[in-house]
Parts: sequence; structure tokens; C-alpha cells
Amino acid sequence: MNDRIPGFGTLAVHAGAQPDPTTGARATPIYQTTSFVFNDADHAASLFGLQSFGNIYTRITNPTTAVLEERVAALEGGTAALAVASGHAAQLVVFQQLLQPGDEFIASRKLYGGSINQFSHAFKSFGWNVVWADPDDVPSFERAVTDKTKAIFIESIANPAGSITDIEAVAAVARKAGVPLIVDNTLATPYLIKPIDHGADIVVHSLTKFLGGHGNSLGGIIVDAGTFDWSKGNKYPVLSEPRPEYHGIKLQETFGNFAFAIACRVLGLRDLGPALSPFNAFLIQTGIETLPLRMQRHSDNAKAVAEWLSAHPKVAAVNYSGLSDNRYHTLARKYAPKGAGAVFTFSLKGGYDAGVSLVSNLKLFSHLANVGDTRSLVIHPASTTHSQLDDEAKTRSGAGPDVVRLSVGIEDKEDLIADLEQALNA
Amino acid sequence: MNHDSYNDAYIREILNTVKTVAMVGASPQNVRPSYFVFKYLAERGYDMIPTNPGQVGKSLLGKPFVASLREIGRPIDMIDIFRSAEHVMPIVDIALTLDPLPKVVWMQLGVRHDEAAAKLEAAGIKVVMNRCPKIEYGRLSSEIQWMGVNSRTLSSKRAPIPTQGMRLSLNRSSVGGGSTAAADRVAQQNNKDKNDTA
Repeated sequence: MNDRIPGFGTLAVHAGAQPDPTTGARATPIYQTTSFVFNDADHAASLFGLQSFGNIYTRITNPTTAVLEERVAALEGGTAALAVASGHAAQLVVFQQLLQPGDEFIASRKLYGGSINQFSHAFKSFGWNVVWADPDDVPSFERAVTDKTKAIFIESIANPAGSITDIEAVAAVARKAGVPLIVDNTLATPYLIKPIDHGADIVVHSLTKFLGGHGNSLGGIIVDAGTFDWSKGNKYPVLSEPRPEYHGIKLQETFGNFAFAIACRVLGLRDLGPALSPFNAFLIQTGIETLPLRMQRHSDNAKAVAEWLSAHPKVAAVNYSGLSDNRYHTLARKYAPKGAGAVFTFSLKGGYDAGVSLVSNLKLFSHLANVGDTRSLVIHPASTTHSQLDDEAKTRSGAGPDVVRLSVGIEDKEDLIADLEQALNA
Repeated sequence: MNHDSYNDAYIREILNTVKTVAMVGASPQNVRPSYFVFKYLAERGYDMIPTNPGQVGKSLLGKPFVASLREIGRPIDMIDIFRSAEHVMPIVDIALTLDPLPKVVWMQLGVRHDEAAAKLEAAGIKVVMNRCPKIEYGRLSSEIQWMGVNSRTLSSKRAPIPTQGMRLSLNRSSVGGGSTAAADRVAQQNNKDKNDTA
């Protein structure tokens, strides 16, 4: 039998799912249950001791959620995945496996504002210290490495300005430092960029955005690339040392190249508790079935809108790496040849007031704090998602006061352009 | 034979055809990986023989320990080696004296010994290294998917409901080999680094 490699569209529809053994249902059933019966005491003990594959309790595993997990792992080219309640929960669970109090991690300055807050404040209270580096100056990551560094974190396409990070260059820094590279691939999705192919060891997503794609369900996911050796130098005792919670099991020794995903599940998710609802898992995996179609349309629409805006007399600047004069265009062509995604920013010659007025005059674009919906979305980051940053940090992360962010949907592009035109002329 | 990565067809054929499996280095401690694998394969209907000279007189899940492969006294289809690489060659040398010869020698995750593999293959014995039969069985049957693991297989067929002691179908369509491209690439590089420094 030949081992044929199916295409992305086939995996998006089939990976992880098969007809239900009990009923023959072809769509994945929603196993909306908290718990699962054991065959007998021995079966229960085997499951609790991680000796058998199976389900105990939906906080740890659930058959509906498992389909979503395998699907995203397959699309990203990882060995395993763990779905959780939100993108923020994914980050919390990842770092809890890697960092002890007093440890450091290096993060790109250009991140989703919520991640900047989580790293600066919530993580600091756990004694996990973020050190910022500039994704436009890769040596700044290398300069930030100390003997306390345990990981490097970047976004593939950075929120809000849609800038592209040179993943391979940062991966080389991580390899040299002997730490894993974590890539938030939310804005690209594996359809546009597969960070594992470029050296990422862990990929995280907010499933809430383009993967789910319909603006109806929160979720997050962690993908283990299976590429990092956790046993080197005793830097990651959670993976390499006997776990007292499981009577002395060593996770890497037992689970090999998917040990990190298992650690996130049986330690992180089990003990911190941010489980995904099976119903959300169902909606998100249904969304993923059309990911390649939607993502191409999102990107094509975004490019058309960005081109139109950049020719408009009231527009000061458009930051979209899909445009040939953009500073990230070369990186975009290398990492995201199918399209540069659908989230970008632009600024108006009329400054802050013109931005606020544009947002309120739009009729088709929805003014809200999300990206990656089928619907086109607009927001003024400086007063919302990035409002808790100081002015310098706002500008540094691409969310200055005159900046408007779009998440271009899958409507007809002519209608989106007409809406922007009437709002700019209003 | 390429031992950096294996075709699913190769692993599937082994797991579908072997029946008797002697596990060298089987541990009675229920937190050791060898115990997990022994128990799982026994539950999937394999005839498991625990081999460990330090445990003779005891038994593992009802199967008495034997001291050595020489003392099994019946044909063995597969030897599963749960010892680190430096202990592999003496085990292989004994395996090569057995009559009939085993069909397969399998070395666990993290264990790789290219010289031993070449010797076994010259005698017509199939070799798998740095893999776990429990993980591979769980992957090819997709049972491991309960844990969010990428099985690298697809199927549009309705699977039977698994029960205790049941062999699962391993005949799903494979998605290009036993591990992901990235995990293979790194494993290959690590193995090369080890050989370069050795």
C-alpha cells in the first residue's frame, strides 16, 4: 500500500474524523458529556495511570474535541495537539510546562495586545519574566538570551499591522540557545504559513479566529511539532524528570515526540482546568472543513481592499505585506506565497478623528474586537485592544492613535470597497 | 533499509502478522514504559513473554518472567528490546542463535543500534528501531487519537466498537509515513549528530 500524502483540503475535511462506531453518523457527534464509564476497575486504573488510550473526563479528553485536535495537528504537520478554552489559555498552558518561577522567555514586541498584557502582568505574577525583542531586528532576540531563557515566542503574521516575522531566522536563534520556538499562527493559519516547516517547535492558535472562522466560538490550541529534545541539560524538568502526579512517570521517555502535548494535557489542562466545550469543538472543526476556501478568499479580498485604500487620497498609509511596496513584502512572498492574510492596518490623513469617524460611518464592516470572522470587521486598536498599553508601546506594536485595523471578510470585495468609499466620503 | 523513518505499510505488516512477543527488559513496575507496552499489547491479543533475569520467579500480568530468550522454549515472532543501546548487541547475538529465528526485532523509543540492525537484517530478520509498538498500534488503529495525537491516517469506514482483548483494524489509509516530516527531520539530524560525535 502506498503512503500517499493527501492535500491540505483533504486533511481539512477528513483528518481526525471517521464515522461514529456506534451509530455510523458521518458528521462527528457532539459528545456533550462530562464523563465516561469505565469497563472495570482495572480499566479505570489504566486510564488514570496513562497506560491505556481512552476517555475519563471532558476536562482531560473528549471524543469530539479529539477530532479537532488531530485535525489541527495534521494541518500544521505536528505530532499531536491539545485544544483548550481560548488562545490565552493555550499560552498559559504552554508556558506552565516550560517555566519555573524566576525563569525568562523572550517575546516579540509585535503581538496581539492581549498577549502583551498576559505576558507583562499575569505571567509576571507567576514569576515568569518576559523579555521583549524586536522582530524587525532578529539579533535583538539573540542579545536577550540569558541562562534563564526557556523559550522564544513570536507571531507568524503579527497583530495588528499584519507584519511578517522571519520565522527561520528566529528559529536559528532558538536552536542556538537550546530553547523551543513558540509561534502564534492565529492570523496566518496553516493554510497560509506552516511554522513547523520553518523551525517552530510549538504552534499555538486562537481557534476563535480564522480556524473556527465564523465568529461563533472561543477556543485555543497547542500543537507539538515533535522536534524538541526536552531531556537536554535538565532545563525542562516537567518533561524529563519523574512526575510525582503520575507515580514517577517520565513524560518524554514514555511519550517520545508528542510528550509536550501530553504534558500540556495531563498536567496543564488537568490541573489548571481551561477545557474547551465539546460544542465549541464541533463548531470549530466544522469551520476548519472550509478553511482553505475561506482563507484564500479572505486573503484575496484583503489584497483588493488594501490596493484600493492605498490609492485613496484620504489614506496616509496602508500596512499590508501583500502590497509590493510594503517593507514585509519579501518576507510575505517567502512565508505566505498564497496570500498575506486578511488583517492589516491603515492610517488616515485626518488622524485620530478621521479614524473614529470612519469606524462609525461604516455600514457593512462591524465595529468589534475580534478578527477572523466571515464578516468584515473594523476596530480602532488604540482605544480598544491596545488601550492598556502606553503610547510608546502602542506605536511600537503598530497601534498608534491614527491607525485603523481591518479584518477583511469573505463578502464580495466590491461591496466592501463601496462601504469604505461611502464611509470615507461621509 | 532506512531506519530514520518507516513506511506505515512496513510497521502495519509487522503488527498484523506477529503473535508471540518476548519483551526483553520488561518491568513489573507499573510506571515504567515497558509495563505500559506489555499490558497494552497483551490487551490487544498478543502472546506476551516478559524477559528479565532480575525478576525470575515473579510474573507480569499473569505471565511468568523468563531469564533469557534462550529459556523460552517455543518460537518467538518478535523480540521487543526495552534496554538502552549499549545492551542491544548481546541480546541480538542470542536472538541469532534461536531456532527458528525471530521474524522481527523491535527496539524501543530512544534505542538505536545500526550495527546490530545490519547483523539482524543479514539474517533475514526485520528491524524497527526508536519506535514504540504501543504507539504505532494506537496510531495505525487511530486509537491514540483519543489523546489528540496525529495518527497520520484517514478512514471513511465505520470502525467496530473496541472491546477488551480485541485486535483493531490497522488498515486505514496512511498519510505519508510513520512520523511527521518535521519530527523525522530532527530525529535524523540528532542521529547524525550522535554518529558524528561517536
